[in-house]
Amino acid sequence: MAKSEVIINIEHLSKSFGDKKVLEDINLYINRGEFITFLGPSGCGKTTLLRMIAGFLNPDSGRITMDGKDLLGVPPHKRPLNTVFQRYALFPHLDVYDNIAFGLKLAKVPENEIETRVRKILKLVAMSDYEDRDVTTLSGGQQQRIAIARALVNRPKVLLLDEPLSALDLKMRKDMQIELKEMHQKLGITFIYVTHDQEEALTLSDTIVVMNEGKIQQIGTPADIYNEPVNSFVADFIGESNILNATMIRDKEVNFIGHDFKCVDSGFGENNPVDVVVRPEDIYFTESENKCQFTATVKSCTFKGVHYEMFVETDKGYELMIQDYDAYDVGEKVMLYIKPQDIQVMKKERTANVLQGEVIDSETIEILGGKFPIPNELEAGTEVTVEVPFDKVDLVDDAESAVLEGEVYFILYKGDRYHLTIKTDEGFLWVDTNDIWDKGDLVGINFMEGGARIVE
Amino acid sequence: MKTFKRSYWSLPYVIFMAVFVVLPLVMVLLYAFRDGAGHFTFDNFVKFFQTKEDLNTFLYSIEIALITTVLCLLLGYPAAWILSNPKLNRSAVTVMLFILPMWINMLIRTLATVALFDFSRIPLGEGALLFGMVYNFLPFMIYPIYNTLNKMDRSYAEAAQDLGASPVKVFLKVTVPLSMPGVWSGILMVFMPTISTFAVAELLTMNKVKLFGTTIQENINNGMWNYGAALALIMLVIIGLTTLLSDSGKEVEDETGGLI
Repeated sequence: MAKSEVIINIEHLSKSFGDKKVLEDINLYINRGEFITFLGPSGCGKTTLLRMIAGFLNPDSGRITMDGKDLLGVPPHKRPLNTVFQRYALFPHLDVYDNIAFGLKLAKVPENEIETRVRKILKLVAMSDYEDRDVTTLSGGQQQRIAIARALVNRPKVLLLDEPLSALDLKMRKDMQIELKEMHQKLGITFIYVTHDQEEALTLSDTIVVMNEGKIQQIGTPADIYNEPVNSFVADFIGESNILNATMIRDKEVNFIGHDFKCVDSGFGENNPVDVVVRPEDIYFTESENKCQFTATVKSCTFKGVHYEMFVETDKGYELMIQDYDAYDVGEKVMLYIKPQDIQVMKKERTANVLQGEVIDSETIEILGGKFPIPNELEAGTEVTVEVPFDKVDLVDDAESAVLEGEVYFILYKGDRYHLTIKTDEGFLWVDTNDIWDKGDLVGINFMEGGARIVE
Repeated sequence: MKTFKRSYWSLPYVIFMAVFVVLPLVMVLLYAFRDGAGHFTFDNFVKFFQTKEDLNTFLYSIEIALITTVLCLLLGYPAAWILSNPKLNRSAVTVMLFILPMWINMLIRTLATVALFDFSRIPLGEGALLFGMVYNFLPFMIYPIYNTLNKMDRSYAEAAQDLGASPVKVFLKVTVPLSMPGVWSGILMVFMPTISTFAVAELLTMNKVKLFGTTIQENINNGMWNYGAALALIMLVIIGLTTLLSDSGKEVEDETGGLI
């Protein structure tokens, strides 16, 4: 992108619904002519952010400016941008022509100009013969095109698209992706796109903003985000990946799955715990003893169309996913290696649960609303910080009998264990376990004896 | 053995409909086209168009029904809109309060209205009649409109706003057209019963104002079965026509209708 002039600037944007923080201190700028995508799981705040730019929601704090002018306080009908809604929201009482002409008529554009512009835009979305059709008789894909035409005909400076392809079937979605990209190139206006589909984001965008839990996780080009994810969430969300616990031995040398590897990252200190990401296509098979870094046994092998997807168990008992054009037999011993540039080292977001609590008595400390039996010699009412290692949290089926109740919110497989994010009413907990849980499971939470340590 | 068909379950209803709906209608039809001796004749209809008093009552009834419907619409639409707007009305209880009068028998409500008018020393008459009619039938206008507005996808209004429509324009160009099915339902539900009421009119006007329903009732009570049936048939045709009219109006709309 040659020109990189900022069109929209978002500063310190925050929003809560009741107690729930949906957006926390969002800072972001959008360049003119850019195709930018807000990507994240449902509930990450991406749609809220889009609705704020469109003007349907007001932030609790922060600023949105467009071309240097403050957008907040400007009602949606006066903002120079248009939206393509998730379920199109075509007016059922108007035909295709009148739907598209709706904005132009409001802007009091002369009748003959409306006609030429509607015709032209219908041609752009390849719907020329549909002028007089009732919108309710159109297929999903056709309605989609009309919705895009209805927005574009007003020549907005910025086009907002709220998961516009999510209601279409796979084939149609792929076709529309290509068409959207072409339209963007032809028109040269800024597209702000919201999706939970990582593949869509990678295909379409100039820039991707990965969001989770109301915060921006990473901003970058699709290649940046894919090749150099900054944390395990991004790595897991974008594409297939092996995410593993590791120790940074020194600059450019990292230990994981029980072996030392050369890598290209530095600046993580010495003997510090980190996460590494290795994409499944970046683990190579070899016949040569010299190249081999570790051995493994093939556990399963599935044909995926272009490549084979294999799960292997390494010599030290870690499970890895590998994608390769050649198939290997289940049970076969294989020799493997990973190139230094394919190992992406990431700072760990946290190495243990650090929780705020209050001393109830010499046996009990209240944490996240649960009364945990932690012996202490502090006065009742003292505010304390408690550290609980990931593997010292015990999850049980029977939520009633445990100290605290929570829900499995996010699951990350780390080669030899599961790293779970547990959502409780008052906050999050992170747990390492070998037990298999499903997302959304209700769990009881206990701390193992001696697991919790008072640090302050 | 013959298998028991599921359609047999409908037998009681078929019998009920035949005896209490179809048969009376056929009887009305037969009586309307016969004279006292049982011979086929158009005399009953000719008599209606020649009896000035009955003709006037008929036109007056339509006028009262139209005025009532228009008043109900003018009062009911804003009420329904306010009730369905989450910013203005956060509780379902308010909606209940508007529907609540429908739980009480219409005659009791009307008698209470008469008592209220007497108590406030307001003379009964045409004004009282209109008040009573609007009071009785307003919920039937509010509810279908409220229903349509409530079910309406919010994104239509947002899309209109997004395309540059001010709140007033959103209301006129999107909300109103999209709520037309509810409006039609409301109009039908008010117009149909008002054109044929007679008890309300008798009570609220001390028999000073006569509506068409009363004319029919008087004739039937006085043994003029054939003429009464003819009048009833005329009214049925009028109601049938309004239903057809609003049906063709509804066809082009979305089928998010209200109660009918």
